[in-house]
Amino acid sequence: MSNGSKVSTGREPLIRIVKREYNNKLIPGLIRAGALILSIIAGGLFIWAMGFNPFEAYKSIIRGALVGSARDPMSSIRSTIDIFVPLCVTALGLSCAFKMKFWNIGGEGQIIMGGVFATFFALNYPQIPRPLMLLIMLIAGAVGGALMALIPALFKVKFGTNETLFTLMLNYIAIYIVKYLIAGPWQRTPGFASIGKLDKNTYLYEINRQNIGWIAVIIVVLFVYFYLYKTKSGYEVSVVGESQATARYAGMNIRKIIIKTMLISGAICGIVGMIKVSSNHTLTEGIGGGVGFAAITVAWLSQLNPFIIPIVSAIISILQKGSTVMQMNMGISSYAADVLQGIILFCFLGSEFFVRYSLVFNLRIKEAK
Amino acid sequence: MDTLFNFLYASIIASTPLLFGTVGEILSEKVGNMNLGVEGMMWLGAFAGFYAAYKTESFLISLLASFGLAAVGALIYAFLTVTLKANQNVTGLTLTTFGIGLSLVFGKAMITAAGGAPKTSDVFNAKVAAINIPVLSDIPYIGKIIFGLNPYVYIAVAIAIILYVYLMKTKTGLNLRAIGENPAAADASGINVNLMKYINIIIGGGICGIGGAYMSLVMVNGSWQDSGVVNGYGWIAVALVIFSSWNPAKAILGSLIFGMFSSLRYYVPSDIIVIPTAFYQMLPFVVTTIVLIVTSIKKNKENTQPAACGINYFREER
Repeated sequence: MSNGSKVSTGREPLIRIVKREYNNKLIPGLIRAGALILSIIAGGLFIWAMGFNPFEAYKSIIRGALVGSARDPMSSIRSTIDIFVPLCVTALGLSCAFKMKFWNIGGEGQIIMGGVFATFFALNYPQIPRPLMLLIMLIAGAVGGALMALIPALFKVKFGTNETLFTLMLNYIAIYIVKYLIAGPWQRTPGFASIGKLDKNTYLYEINRQNIGWIAVIIVVLFVYFYLYKTKSGYEVSVVGESQATARYAGMNIRKIIIKTMLISGAICGIVGMIKVSSNHTLTEGIGGGVGFAAITVAWLSQLNPFIIPIVSAIISILQKGSTVMQMNMGISSYAADVLQGIILFCFLGSEFFVRYSLVFNLRIKEAK
Repeated sequence: MDTLFNFLYASIIASTPLLFGTVGEILSEKVGNMNLGVEGMMWLGAFAGFYAAYKTESFLISLLASFGLAAVGALIYAFLTVTLKANQNVTGLTLTTFGIGLSLVFGKAMITAAGGAPKTSDVFNAKVAAINIPVLSDIPYIGKIIFGLNPYVYIAVAIAIILYVYLMKTKTGLNLRAIGENPAAADASGINVNLMKYINIIIGGGICGIGGAYMSLVMVNGSWQDSGVVNGYGWIAVALVIFSSWNPAKAILGSLIFGMFSSLRYYVPSDIIVIPTAFYQMLPFVVTTIVLIVTSIKKNKENTQPAACGINYFREER
């Protein structure tokens, strides 16, 4: 420090952090756009450092996710949508719990249990006609996911058990339950850990060769929006999330709200499990496939906004599908999608700080000179 | 008798990466930062340790490389959560995605360059093989499980003991625990909260990375596969932190017990007791869940998560 600093009062830091006050949404939008551009540049540098042409790589990703083959132009979009639907619906489900500041990391386990419950009916009652079967599987999936979410919620309200760690553990317990089932009671052929292909009457309907899972996205977006923003329960959820003390003072039944919201959150994730089983035509131990984890970051990136979640999910889905094509075309590992996703998230996580606060450089030291 | 000691030996071998991951995560959680990126940092360490060993054949360089790359991952996490106050859970999960992705992308490039799955040389393999201290390791039964282990095991136990002393018996350790319990009070008493957080998160991450290197160099016999190197061990380590109630010394025992769970199925006579494999694999997670529930019911303040763990500290928002 120069001599001039003696003049200033005490030791003031050079940079101060001040909370931003907004009247418009322009600045946060600009900051987030900046984060997106930064992440695209950083991702490009990564690809370039690996010895590939970043422009070609990005082009390959976008074309790979959206442009199909000449014979079947919709094929790529179909598989992108197959990635998009589970991710988006799960993120919507988790956002209900997050709104309450209840850390439901258990999306993966709830998806899996939804799939297990749906598969139970698919395997044991194959004679049920298709429409009824799909309805039963849907309800079973929702119940399975809801039960899986209910366990940590009950322990949370009764004993204050840490829900982050509890739901995390349940993910693994769920995976091994599936492993047990497909190698044990539900095994089709001895020696193969597989339940084989399910009967045709358990398959989701298809329109233009695209299964109708996407309808769930529309319904769940609207449901979550109305539930969280237009109902009394939704209002209570956000009050509990902001401050449990306030909620208690206002006479809200916090336990009931937590349990109800977790049931909804889990049920939505459970439906994803049903969709997965019904569109994959089987149950495997990879049914969750990390969607439950990816959805956490999607929900967070979207600021828990039910209309932003589909947009962010679409970006991530394009990245994931496109990377598999990029691997074939350019020889970069398809795991580059995870790296790019990580870079995007890091940039956005960091940018939120600048949305909430601004840096004020303390120039008084120089002035005193 | 032989079977019992073989079982113990196998359990120690299986528990070592868990011990690295667990004590690394304890260090981070003790300063109030729950880092769900353990799995990712272990992957980073697995790649860096392997690559260094593959290129240089030096144990020390491999050790430093695995520590270093994982520490860089932890640095990203620390910058985002400590300086930029980003949500810890999301940042940690992102670090896991990023770490796994980066290691596999680099790994794939390494495979392409080598024209097949790269293998570490025999020279290096000898360095990470069981040490077998003369005479002592020949003591019947216990000789092998105490004096006949590979160097990583001793490093892991040494780190756990050092961290125990550091956390529980030194003044710096006391300061550090104060940050995890009540950062505002720690700040008021003159502790540099952010600096301490940075240092411990980064060291903790580096330690996790060594555990990853152990997995790529010892557990899969020094050959880099395209996937499945760390295999969820990072998540078990996160669970083990709870199981060992945030105590590095208990982590030694805890990881040994978890190591036993994972090697148990090879030693239970399968013609007498028939338990599906999945249940053995599920066991660590079930036990951890039970521990989690029991500690929350007992409301035992001594053995629980640091009070401020998971919550970012922001001086201007007190």
